[in-house]
Amino acid sequence: MLLLASHRLRLAAFLLLLFVSLPFRGTAQDKPYFVTYSHDLEEPGNLEVETKSAIARPEHGHHFGALATELEYGARAWWTTELYLDGQTTGGQSTLFTGFRWENRFRPLMHEYAVNPVLYVEFENISAADKNVLEVVGHDVESDLDVPNAVARAEHQHEGELKLILSSNVHDWNISENFISEKNLGHAPWEFGYAVAVAHPLRAASSGRECTLCAEKFIAGLEAYGGLGDTWDLSLRQTSHYLAPVVGWQLPAHMRLSFSPSLGMTRSSMDQFYRVGFAYEFSDIDNKLLGHKRKGKVW
Amino acid sequence: MVKRFPAAVFLALSFGAFLAATASHWDTVPARDHARTNPLAGKPETAVAGALLYREHCQQCHAADAQGDGQKKPSLRTASVRGATDGDLEWFLRQGDLKHGMPSWSNLPQAQRWQIIAYLRSLP
Ligand code: HEC
Repeated sequence: MLLLASHRLRLAAFLLLLFVSLPFRGTAQDKPYFVTYSHDLEEPGNLEVETKSAIARPEHGHHFGALATELEYGARAWWTTELYLDGQTTGGQSTLFTGFRWENRFRPLMHEYAVNPVLYVEFENISAADKNVLEVVGHDVESDLDVPNAVARAEHQHEGELKLILSSNVHDWNISENFISEKNLGHAPWEFGYAVAVAHPLRAASSGRECTLCAEKFIAGLEAYGGLGDTWDLSLRQTSHYLAPVVGWQLPAHMRLSFSPSLGMTRSSMDQFYRVGFAYEFSDIDNKLLGHKRKGKVW
Repeated sequence: MVKRFPAAVFLALSFGAFLAATASHWDTVPARDHARTNPLAGKPETAVAGALLYREHCQQCHAADAQGDGQKKPSLRTASVRGATDGDLEWFLRQGDLKHGMPSWSNLPQAQRWQIIAYLRSLP
C-alpha cells in the first residue's frame, strides 16, 4: 500500500497542473528523461557522451552527489549500445568509483507503429555504494543510501537487467512505458520496477533562426518511476516511487542540458533529489575516427 | 509443354527480380498518407527553416548538397524523390528504414518534417 504524504501529493498535483498548462505550441527532439527510455535510438555512427548527476540529502544519511558517465553509440539504426561508468561522493565519507554497466537496446520491428517496442538487455557490475538511482526496482528504499561507503563498497552486485520499452509518438507527444526486471546473478530474487514518461516540445515548428534561448529548443515532460517488489515479496510494501518533472534544452554545437527534481511519493522514498544531465553528440564518429568512408558497409 | 516449364519459371523469376529492383519506398505508402499535402508549403520561410533542420539532422548522411555519399546513403536530388508526393516523403521520414540505415524521424515534431520536405522540394 502506498502511504502518500498529503503535502507531497499537493505539490505533485501542482507540478502536474503547471506542466499541463504550459503553453505547448510545438519542439527539441531528444527526450530529457533520466530514467525512462523512449524508442529513440542513437543515429548509426554517432556517439553521445552524457553525464548524469544525482544530488541528494537522505533524511538520515549524508548528502551525496553521484555521477554516471554514459557513452552511447549507434551501432545500427536498430541497435544502440551504451557503456556507463558510475561514481559517487558522500559528504564526510569518500569519493568512489562504483562500477560499470553495459546496455544494449534493440528495435525488433524495422518500421514505426502506434506503439514501438524496444528490447533492453543490460549487464552491470556495480557495488552497493552506487547512488545514481538510474532505476528503482524491487524494494529499493531511502535507507539503502544511508549505508556508509566503507561498508557498501565491499558488496559487489553482478546483475542482469531486462526491460521492455514501449513508446509512441503521437501529435508531437512522446509517451513511453518501461517494464523493468533485474536479477542479481547470485542468490537473489528477480526485482521489478516501472518507469513511465511523457514529453512535448515547447514549440513544434522551427523558427528558421539560429537561436539558443527560444521555445523550439526546449522540451518539457514528466516522469514517474518506482519499484514493484520482487519474486520473494511481490507487493508495494516498502517500495519507493518518484514523480519527476523534466526539462531539456538543446544547446548549440550538439550539446544538450537537462534538469529534473525528483519528488518521493512514499515514506520509503527520498523526499527529493535533483538531477542534471549534460550531453555532447559526436556525429559520424566511425568515419571521422577511421578517416575514410566505410565502403560497401551494410548497415 | 514440359520443355517450356523451366523457361516460364526463369521468366517469372526474372520479372520478380525486376519488380523488386524497381520497387521504391513509395509503393508501400498507405493511400491516405500518399494523398497528404504539405500544409506549410508555399511560405518561403518554411524552406529556410527546413534548410536549418536538414543541416542539423540529415546532412551528416546525405551530404550538404543532398547528393548522398555515393554509397549506401542515397542522393535526395533524384527523380525518385522528386516523383514522390509530399505525403510519401512525410510517411517515409516518420517510418525510416532501420534495416538499411535510415533512422526514423517520428521524434521530430510533425511541422519540422514538413519544413524539411519543403526544403527538399526547393533543391535544384
Ligand atoms: C544515419 C544516416 C542517415 C541520416 C541521419 C538520414 N538518412 Fe535518409 N537515408 C539513409 C539511408 C542509408 C537511406 C537509404 C535507405 C534504403 O536504402 O532504404 C536513406 C534514405 C532516405 C530517403 C529515400 C531516398 C530514396 O530515393 O529512396 C529519403 C527521402 C531520406 N533518406 C531523407 C532523409 C532526411 C530528410 C533526413 C533528415 C531528417 C535523413 N534522411 C537523415 C541514411 C540517413
